[in-house]
Amino acid sequence: MKAVIGHRLFWPAAVLVVMLLANVVVTPGFFSIQVRNGHLYGSLIDILLLGSPLMLVALGMTVVIATGGIDLSVGAVVAISGALACYLISGQEDQGAVSGVLVAVALALVLSAVLGFWNGLFVARVGIQPIIATLILMVAGRGVAQLITSGKNINVNSPPYKLIGGGYWLTLPFAVIVVAVVVALTGLAVRRTALGMLLEAIGGNAEASRLVGIRSRRLIVLAYTFCGLCAGIAGLMISSNIATADGNNAGLWMELDAILAVVIGGTALTGGRFTLAGTVLGALVIQTLSTTIYTTGIPPQVTLVFKAVVVAIVCLIQSPAFRAKVFRRRARPAAPPPASPAAADVEVNA
Amino acid sequence: MNRKLPAVLLSAAMAFVLAACGSGSGGSGGSGGDDGKITLGFSQVGSESGWREANTKSIKESAQTAGIDLKFSDAQQKQENQIATIRSYIQQKVDVIAFSPVVVTGWDAVLKEAQAAKIPVVLTDRAVDSDPSLYVSFLGSDFVKEGEAIGDWTLNEYKDATAPVNIVQLEGTVGSAPAIDRKKGFESKIASNPNLKVIASQSGDFTRADGKEVMTAILKANPKIDLLFAHNDDMGIGAIQAIEEAGKKPGVDIKIVTIDAVHDGMQALADGKINFIAECSPLLGDQLMDIVKKIKAGQPVEKRIITEETTFTQQQASEALPNRKY
Repeated sequence: MKAVIGHRLFWPAAVLVVMLLANVVVTPGFFSIQVRNGHLYGSLIDILLLGSPLMLVALGMTVVIATGGIDLSVGAVVAISGALACYLISGQEDQGAVSGVLVAVALALVLSAVLGFWNGLFVARVGIQPIIATLILMVAGRGVAQLITSGKNINVNSPPYKLIGGGYWLTLPFAVIVVAVVVALTGLAVRRTALGMLLEAIGGNAEASRLVGIRSRRLIVLAYTFCGLCAGIAGLMISSNIATADGNNAGLWMELDAILAVVIGGTALTGGRFTLAGTVLGALVIQTLSTTIYTTGIPPQVTLVFKAVVVAIVCLIQSPAFRAKVFRRRARPAAPPPASPAAADVEVNA
Repeated sequence: MNRKLPAVLLSAAMAFVLAACGSGSGGSGGSGGDDGKITLGFSQVGSESGWREANTKSIKESAQTAGIDLKFSDAQQKQENQIATIRSYIQQKVDVIAFSPVVVTGWDAVLKEAQAAKIPVVLTDRAVDSDPSLYVSFLGSDFVKEGEAIGDWTLNEYKDATAPVNIVQLEGTVGSAPAIDRKKGFESKIASNPNLKVIASQSGDFTRADGKEVMTAILKANPKIDLLFAHNDDMGIGAIQAIEEAGKKPGVDIKIVTIDAVHDGMQALADGKINFIAECSPLLGDQLMDIVKKIKAGQPVEKRIITEETTFTQQQASEALPNRKY
């Protein structure tokens, strides 16, 4: 039991379960999943599908944060990627052609990775602080997206493109499958090789890791490139879901949601130790919160306050220091607080 | 070396932007009235939507037709840009300044400067909270009236209803004037029929993506929805997708009414997926030029002038669609 509660994923998971259960109390049919039009249909599926872009963006953000950085430009990259893909597809004679869609998707993803690479260069080579380096692209990037769309919504009518963010494969939302694959591959890359340990080493102590011979610059550039790529895929999903590229609003403030997802998941902003599974849980908590608000009919004027209160509670529960204070009064002798995620220690997760 | 590069690039970019701003004023600073032509300085919010683009186009075309010398500037959604532009218009001594304020607050100082320079100011499309004596006229849509037009249609559509009619409302950005006023207008009208019930009302932030996400959730929580009122076309179009994905027919199983009448909305209306649209017209150029001429001729103008707007049924939409400017 202690091992379960002590696990670093226990609290984010517990929060998610409590929120889902609260929904069932208010909306009895919340857990019901039917097959409609040949695919799964239900609130839980919505949470997974609509949470997919955030899960991806937060995944990339986790890797960047692990190196001690931060990427504020992900929202802009989301907008650029969707805008470019839709722009290219809308210019094709046959929008339904799979080859044309593949080319558009590939170009959008390459551009997203290049934008991430650009961030990485600023941070690792030029030596600008991450928050400033990525702020440049955050501000300018949305302008680029608006330039691509000429400030208008670009509509596409392309069934293959629609699949990415709004389609289904084997009755499951395709976007969820994409997220599962990306998370699995990333998990393998960082936990089955030394990559994860090296990233944590850089985040823990960049100077020390350089002195022991880790090529930190190269890895930092890699982390930002990966983050850009993830944001690019998320951008494709968002624009595909509504079959429209909205350069003005797509991914707006998404960087903040992504950072929040990472923090709820238990990764500290100071860098070092990180958890991909925690981030996925964090993103699901945020999406569940939105869906809860819409489903239970909380008035729009109260929405932000409600979100703030829930997030504050979640963060407090997450904090080992807060838990130690509250629980120490009840049960003495106090159990040693679980390893603080705020500690910038480096742990080898083989 | 490397550290300086971004700074150099940035300053180069800034110089370019400044130069662009300067050239926008046509280099004929202070020429107002010299050749008998009226000079109008206009500061636009930005180019954030198709609606705004049509608004800009309308003003430029009308100015040309009316023979008014237009100095046009795009504030790119930033109040500081707009204030800077208005100050430059004051320095150039244009005859009339018109602008579409980005936000409601913070205009007192610059409006007083204009007043001190005896340059009349006209607001277009959006209001400010400054003292009304600081501007001559406010030309724009009446959002309450738009909501009322939707309310009237709803009353008429369900006048014979004996069972409760379940209505879902997708509101605009929380706290924005159109969202507050459209809701007010709509709800004041439908209050007269107790059968008309708003069972869910959530903000979709005026965007397609949020409209879809909110409607997706509302559809799950409410099995019986008769009517959807979206505060703009984009949210309505997002909701249409959500309704289709839930296996229902938009416009038939769930009736849909929206406000704006932008091209995509009109197309959906003509396709039968939307049932009724109240127009929020960006084409206020001609009216603005009339006001400018009247001010210059010393004639009195009304403090509040409402844009000429109409409503569209599905039939009217199919007929109007080929001639729409936006």
